[in-house]
Amino acid sequence: MKKLSFSKVMLWFGLLFLYVPMFILIIYSFNESKLVTVWGGFSPKWYGELLQDDQILGAVWTSLRIAFYSASMAVIIGTMAAFVMTRFRRSWAKLTLSNMITAPLVMPEVITGLSLLLLFVEMSEIFGWPAERGMLTVWIAHSTFCAAYVAVVVSSRLRELDLSIEEAAMDLGATRLKTFFLITVPMISPALIAGWFLSFSLSLDDLVIASFASGPGATTLPMVVFSSVRLGVSPKINALATIIILSVSLLAFLSWYLARRSERKAKEAME
Amino acid sequence: MKNPLKIIKGRYLTMGVPYLWLLMFFALPFAIVLKLSFSTAAIAIPPYEATFSYIDELLNISLNMGNYLLLLQDSMYYMAYLSSLKMALISTIGCLILGFPMAYAIARAPARLQTVFLLLVMLPSWTSFLIRIYAWMGILSNNGLINNTLMWLGLTSEPIQMLNTNFAVYIGIIYAYLPFMILPLYATLVKLDLSLIEAASDLGSSSFNTFWKITLPLSMGGVIAGSMLVFIPAVGEFVIPELLGGPDTLMIGKVLWQEFFNNRDWPVASSLAIVMLALLIIPITLFHRYQSRGMENDV
Repeated sequence: MKKLSFSKVMLWFGLLFLYVPMFILIIYSFNESKLVTVWGGFSPKWYGELLQDDQILGAVWTSLRIAFYSASMAVIIGTMAAFVMTRFRRSWAKLTLSNMITAPLVMPEVITGLSLLLLFVEMSEIFGWPAERGMLTVWIAHSTFCAAYVAVVVSSRLRELDLSIEEAAMDLGATRLKTFFLITVPMISPALIAGWFLSFSLSLDDLVIASFASGPGATTLPMVVFSSVRLGVSPKINALATIIILSVSLLAFLSWYLARRSERKAKEAME
Repeated sequence: MKNPLKIIKGRYLTMGVPYLWLLMFFALPFAIVLKLSFSTAAIAIPPYEATFSYIDELLNISLNMGNYLLLLQDSMYYMAYLSSLKMALISTIGCLILGFPMAYAIARAPARLQTVFLLLVMLPSWTSFLIRIYAWMGILSNNGLINNTLMWLGLTSEPIQMLNTNFAVYIGIIYAYLPFMILPLYATLVKLDLSLIEAASDLGSSSFNTFWKITLPLSMGGVIAGSMLVFIPAVGEFVIPELLGGPDTLMIGKVLWQEFFNNRDWPVASSLAIVMLALLIIPITLFHRYQSRGMENDV
């Protein structure tokens, strides 16, 4: 038998640490009992109650729409910034842009949230726009911080790219724009898709920034979950959590599988 | 024939759109926070008085230092800063102790398994942050899984208070930020030149000595990046101390949130944010320096 090294033991311990709490959550979501910690038999009844909760369903729809629009905008801004970061000559403007775009990665969320809220308040004082905070302001806030993640993912892909293919296209008379859409975009599409999904899940997940940037009309799912979790553990939230965990895992697996398949295809095409 | 004007336009557009967006929605907001930290709270909508006013051809700029003085005078605030820094530091060390061997094991695994392990590490961070913290509420509570197991085993007769303590906050931060520690560590460890380690052990170095003198110094970049990715957001953490911490858990993110939403004192909340940024400026520049160096190395 192979000797188990210390690092391998720690790897398995760490993975258990990461996954056991979520498995427990999933198991307890099928608990008949109203008391979350006492096992009262198997029952899917909390899922049924969840489907009748209009507040939660409304928040899910709001969150999904915001996440869709934010991810799309974040991919546009993040990809442009990634281009500047990897392809442009070193300049003062490039340096400030790459500093600004990566800053939200480490900024504490309370600061980002507070600063955006104050901006929106100030803007509505001066221009009367946005009249009130809601989906639009959450969309702006989410697009901004998600763009940082897209920029990192896309720029690392751009750096690996073989420039000669783009040069060849341009030598053959393609315009820069045409080269970009016909050559560059297909080559970086795995990164674009990964960036989009990453932004989508980050936006769906965000509580702190959304709480600051949102108004009375737009309550996102994490905001509803947070206010009910604050009061204690509830079986309905266990059911909701299970649905979220399973759907995210499915999506993550799917995107990983698609990325691997497209990579393999690209390799075959090269050979 | 290519139109040179068009190329230049395209370049400006590529640069201009993200630049303007970030100036508008990232840089300008910070300027406003700074401005507001010098204003006076008022019972109005919005709840502060104007810093700049232009009356009778006189531009009046009133800078109220009171918010900053309050942070100095009221011991609650600097205790909150101190305990945030302490808790973030301890959690970072915890993440490092657990994350380093994990990253090392992944980097040494067969190439096919590496992507699987990385996916397994990343996956939890894609599912909801809030829900993963919530999962721990059920595990740590007085009639939760750990206490029930301990009592069933007869190790304790009554539940140990774990939820609503600083211990729970440490668990929560380490749990939530572990993937952010592992990824940069993995990125440097996977590039490590194995022949150096072999050479060291050939020359009779013990495995601990090899780790201390070779592996660790060579992976310092990843250690710094990972630690900063955990430490910086942990200092300003709000959700974890709110859900897992107790009444005596004092963290600056929570204090800021309360000043803003409960007390509606926007100027004090702003000055709390400015001081937090000032404290974090060193770790943030450290992280940026590592990031830009890593990018140049990749080219």
